[in-house]
Amino acid sequence: MTQQARRGNTGYRRDDADIHPPYLYPDYVSTRLRAPKKPLIKLPKTLSDTTGLAYGRDPIGELDNDLTRQHAGEPLGERIIVTGRVTDGDGRPVRNSLLEIWQANAAGRYTHQNDRHPAPLDPNFSGAGRCLTDDEGRYRFVTVKPGAYPWKNHDNAWRPAHIHLSLFGSAFRSRLITQMYFPGDPLFYQDPIFQSVRDGEAQQRLISTFDLETTEPEWALGYRFDIVLEGRDATPMEDH
Amino acid sequence: MPPKPTPSQTIGPFPHDALLAEDRSELVPPDHPQAIRIEGKVYDGAGEPVPDAMVEIWQANRAGRYNDPEDDPEDLPLDDSFSGFGRSGTVEGGRFSFVTIKPGSVPGPGGRPQAPHIMVSIFARGLLKRVVTRIYFPNEGEANAQDPVLSSIEDPELRQTLIARDEGEGVLRLDIHLQGDDQTAFFEFAD
Repeated sequence: MTQQARRGNTGYRRDDADIHPPYLYPDYVSTRLRAPKKPLIKLPKTLSDTTGLAYGRDPIGELDNDLTRQHAGEPLGERIIVTGRVTDGDGRPVRNSLLEIWQANAAGRYTHQNDRHPAPLDPNFSGAGRCLTDDEGRYRFVTVKPGAYPWKNHDNAWRPAHIHLSLFGSAFRSRLITQMYFPGDPLFYQDPIFQSVRDGEAQQRLISTFDLETTEPEWALGYRFDIVLEGRDATPMEDH
Repeated sequence: MPPKPTPSQTIGPFPHDALLAEDRSELVPPDHPQAIRIEGKVYDGAGEPVPDAMVEIWQANRAGRYNDPEDDPEDLPLDDSFSGFGRSGTVEGGRFSFVTIKPGSVPGPGGRPQAPHIMVSIFARGLLKRVVTRIYFPNEGEANAQDPVLSSIEDPELRQTLIARDEGEGVLRLDIHLQGDDQTAFFEFAD
C-alpha cells in the first residue's frame, strides 16, 4: 500500500509504518546490528499490558522540572520553557504520569563520561529533569536550549538540537521514549534518526512550536510540545 | 479526528543520568524470603554485548495482581510495597539484573489463565523504538504449554527464547538477543 493510500484512511490507525520508525533503518548505522529481523509476535491485549506503572506516587522534588536551578549558579545558554499536554489516543489527558527528560548543554555536550565531543561541560548544568503531568495532562520544564552536536554516524554528521523525553502514560502499552526537536532546524534533512520517521506529518509531531503565550517577557522563550500516547483508552476507529 | 500518537525515537547513548541514576533494579530487598534474581545479557546481531541498553520490567505480585487501579479483583491481595516495576542498565558488559519475586498467574484473553510471566521493554541506542518481550519461568511446564501467548509462537526454538533457565540458588537467567539466528521473540501489540 502506498503512503498516500495509508493516509487516505482517516482516523486512528495503529499502523507502525505511519507512526513509529522501523527497527531497521540502515542510514542510522547502529540499527544494522540491533534491529530485530524475525517477524514480531502479535500480543493480545491482557492485563499484563493494559496496566502500568503507578510511578506517579514517587516523590518528585520541587525543582526537578527546573534544569537551570540544580546547581549553585545558572547554566549558560538560551533559557527556555518547554510545556505541553500529554493525551491518549482519544484526546483524554494522561494525568499524574511521570515524564523524564535529558539533553545536552547549550554547547552540545552531555555530562556522560563517554561523550567525547570537544565542547565545554557546564558545571551548572546536568541536563536531567523530571515532573508529573497535572490533572489536565500538562507538564512544564525550564531548561536551556540544547546545542547541536556531531556524531560518527556518517561523514560530517550532526544531530539537530533535541530534548529526550521518557513517558509512561497509563499502561505498559503506552510507554514511549521520544525526542523533541526545535522548529526550523537546518539539520533535519541529514539526520537519520529524525528521518527514520518516514511520514511527513508524523515528523512534524516531533517538532515543538515556538509559543509566545508560554514565553515569559524579559526572561525565557517558550516552546510547546504536545504528546499523544497509545494506551488503554485508545479505541481505534474502523478502517474504511 | 482523534490525535495521532507521537512517534518513538531512540533513547540514544546517554540516558544514564536521567533514567538510571537511581537504582530501581530491586523490586524487593535481596533478603526478602521469596526473592529471586533474574539476570542476563543483551547481545547484538554480531553476538557482542550491548552495554548501553536499558531494560525495564513490569509484573504482577505473588497473588497475580498488578499494582494498578485497572486491575482490581476483590479476592486478590494488593501489596502496596510491591510496585511491580523495575529498571536496569547494562553498563557491565551488557548485563542486566533484577531482584524480584515470581509473579502469580494473571488472566489472559477470554479469561484463560496465563502462565506466570514478566513484561520486558528494552531501549537502546540503535533501537528507534523499544523491543517488547516476556520472561517466563522454568518448572512451569504445564502452565507454559497452556499459555495463550507462548502457544501462539509456532517455532519451538523461538518460543524457548522466552523461558528463563534455572541457575539454582534463586537465580534465573535469560539472555536477550536483539538480532541473529538466536534472536529473542519480540512482540507487537494487537488491538
